[in-house]
Amino acid sequence: MLLRISHVTKYNYDEPVDYGLQQVRLTPKSTRAQTVLQWSTTVDGGKRELGFEDHNRNTVELFSFDPGAKSLVVRAEGLVQLSNTHGVVGPHEGHTPLWLFQRDTPQTKAGKACRELAKTAEGENDLGLLHDLSAKVLSAVSYETGETNSSSTAEEVLAAGKGVCQDHAHVFIACARHLGFPARYVSGYLMMEDREEQEATHAWAEVHVDALGWVGFDVPNEISPDERYVRVATGLDYSEAAPVSGHLYGSTAENLTVSVTVSSQQQSQSQ
Amino acid sequence: MTEYFDEMWGLSQQTRAPYKKFSEWFEGEEPARLRAKQREAEELFRLTGITFNVYGRDEAEERLIPFDIIPRVISAREWKKLSKGIDQRVRAINAFLHDIYHRQEIIRAGRIPREMIEKNEAYLPHMIGVRPPGGIYTHIVGIDLVRTDEDTFYVLEDNARTPSGVSYMLENRETMLQMFPELFSKTRVQPVSGYPRALQQSLAACAPESCNGPPTVAVLTPGIYNSAYYEHSFLADKMGVELVEGSDLRIVDGHVAMRTTRGYQPIDVLYRRIDDDFIDPLNFNPDSMLGVPGIMDVYRAGRITIANAPGGGISDDKAIYSYMPEIVEFYTGEKAILENVPTWRCNEPDSLQYVLDNLKDLVVKEVHGSGGYGMLIGPTSSKKELAEFEAKLRARPNNYIAQPTLSLSTVPIFTKAGLAPRHVDLRPYVLVSPDGVNITPGGLTRVALKKGSLVVNSSQGGGTKDTWVLED
Repeated sequence: MLLRISHVTKYNYDEPVDYGLQQVRLTPKSTRAQTVLQWSTTVDGGKRELGFEDHNRNTVELFSFDPGAKSLVVRAEGLVQLSNTHGVVGPHEGHTPLWLFQRDTPQTKAGKACRELAKTAEGENDLGLLHDLSAKVLSAVSYETGETNSSSTAEEVLAAGKGVCQDHAHVFIACARHLGFPARYVSGYLMMEDREEQEATHAWAEVHVDALGWVGFDVPNEISPDERYVRVATGLDYSEAAPVSGHLYGSTAENLTVSVTVSSQQQSQSQ
Repeated sequence: MTEYFDEMWGLSQQTRAPYKKFSEWFEGEEPARLRAKQREAEELFRLTGITFNVYGRDEAEERLIPFDIIPRVISAREWKKLSKGIDQRVRAINAFLHDIYHRQEIIRAGRIPREMIEKNEAYLPHMIGVRPPGGIYTHIVGIDLVRTDEDTFYVLEDNARTPSGVSYMLENRETMLQMFPELFSKTRVQPVSGYPRALQQSLAACAPESCNGPPTVAVLTPGIYNSAYYEHSFLADKMGVELVEGSDLRIVDGHVAMRTTRGYQPIDVLYRRIDDDFIDPLNFNPDSMLGVPGIMDVYRAGRITIANAPGGGISDDKAIYSYMPEIVEFYTGEKAILENVPTWRCNEPDSLQYVLDNLKDLVVKEVHGSGGYGMLIGPTSSKKELAEFEAKLRARPNNYIAQPTLSLSTVPIFTKAGLAPRHVDLRPYVLVSPDGVNITPGGLTRVALKKGSLVVNSSQGGGTKDTWVLED
């Protein structure tokens, strides 16, 4: 499947911003399941200061606001060719040791609720166990927007019993790590077939299983990622994989709008 | 006979060779004149304004660290051996840090257990795969050493993060030169005054490859409320570089730049005296008001040198310390020259049991502790203190290590009743750059002023001495 993606993040401020930075992870990498044919990340109202690859092999870029700007627009867009690997991303790569993905973070620390939920998961093998865990997480946390925020912890989400894809991923990661699996957070895009304007960026989890390497699990959609999923950044939790994180001097009120469109393209090139 | 090795008198009250000339001079001096000189020295320090805030008190109290006029003397031969050991140790630490943030060969080889790194909060994932400019992690090291006899020096702590106190090394010598110029004409003492220049050159030699022309170096301080602020401004001043705070810095054109009268000027090498956690609110503790948002991004893009490199704190961990003989051997292929204090890791059940059974004979330290706080010195502790520590050990064994109480050497201090032996340690200052390892001959000698005390930390009532390394 060939997907065209356009992700526009727009910040508006009441007062001109003297100095501010936005750190973005918006560039997908080619993997077994996806080939990035074309991609660009551009900015209006600011400039690109630098870029590097972080310890999760994410492409990170740092943008600064133009002095006195009242808005900043970050536009990430491109074309990605996808195939269905049934969620299998493959062997672990890079210097970052696998055991690091068993580390707790404030948002993925398993407390009593996560530990008890993890205990209920059953399966004949690792994969079966993890699919069951995914189902158990979904029955414990129903999909509902506005009940949680980007800094909610796995335990808070379980207590609320409601959340969005980020929250499902955090709870699932906390439980998987508690069961001894290396697990990580993935941010990216999902093409929902019934619409072109997506509500937001998507997030899911990946768990490392001995036989297969990294395998993705999308809890609220009850599947492993297929050819409708574009994988952009990974990390121990949301904060390490966040599409955008900013730092601003002063306290002008911020108004953020995000628009994401993901659309299927005609297969124009011959293969 | 004393039960401790005295560096002036040995074990048999015979003046040792390195102290001969000093001893002759001292014998010929009027005690009253020396007492006046001692007071004069204290006055000098007060005028210079060299002070130290004591942590752990309600108000950050500025206090003068007492200075003792009797120098600590080390022979050229003793120093040569020490330097070799220090050189070997800092090379090993640097190689260790590179390894654990890259291929982790030492874990693959089974020389240290994976858990030592894995469970360690000082292991900084952001440093994985990052090669610091020049390949150097620990640019400035202040290894704490103690001596137990004629030939044996132990490393107590490696202090590979931000060793403080070098300003005392320089001021102590300055003061002695002013007080007793005649003494320095009788004895040939190796100078320490080249340190600031060596520091500046060593830092400049670690500039990023992208830096064309003479590198711009700056010192980053948390500000005037920090206990070592005097030292930060002193070093910047002596090096002839800018002293900056986080609020003076911004990301400009992909570099960290400081505000000057001529606009923002890029910095190539930043000697930071701010802990990792506070250095970048965008990447680490978001509540930090001290750091520079985005500096880690600039660092990871290879456009600034941060000295010392972030993530180096793991080599200061006291449980990692217990593996230093293995670490030295693994990376240098040589046996460690400096001794490591035998260390019981309380997270191991057998060790914990031994420590609990022998608490009154041991020194117990927190794994991440420093400054002499949160430690127990068994032999000088009350029953109540021992019982309290036993409870702490049982509750959080991972948090502690224990070591035997060492017979620290003594050096005399000048008291009303004449010379009296007091326990000392030694912190030499080491600079590392691609050009090599530079060790200033001497260092900071800290002395426990209280009779019999083994705690030399300035925060716990210790004083300092000038440290002489004699010319060959």
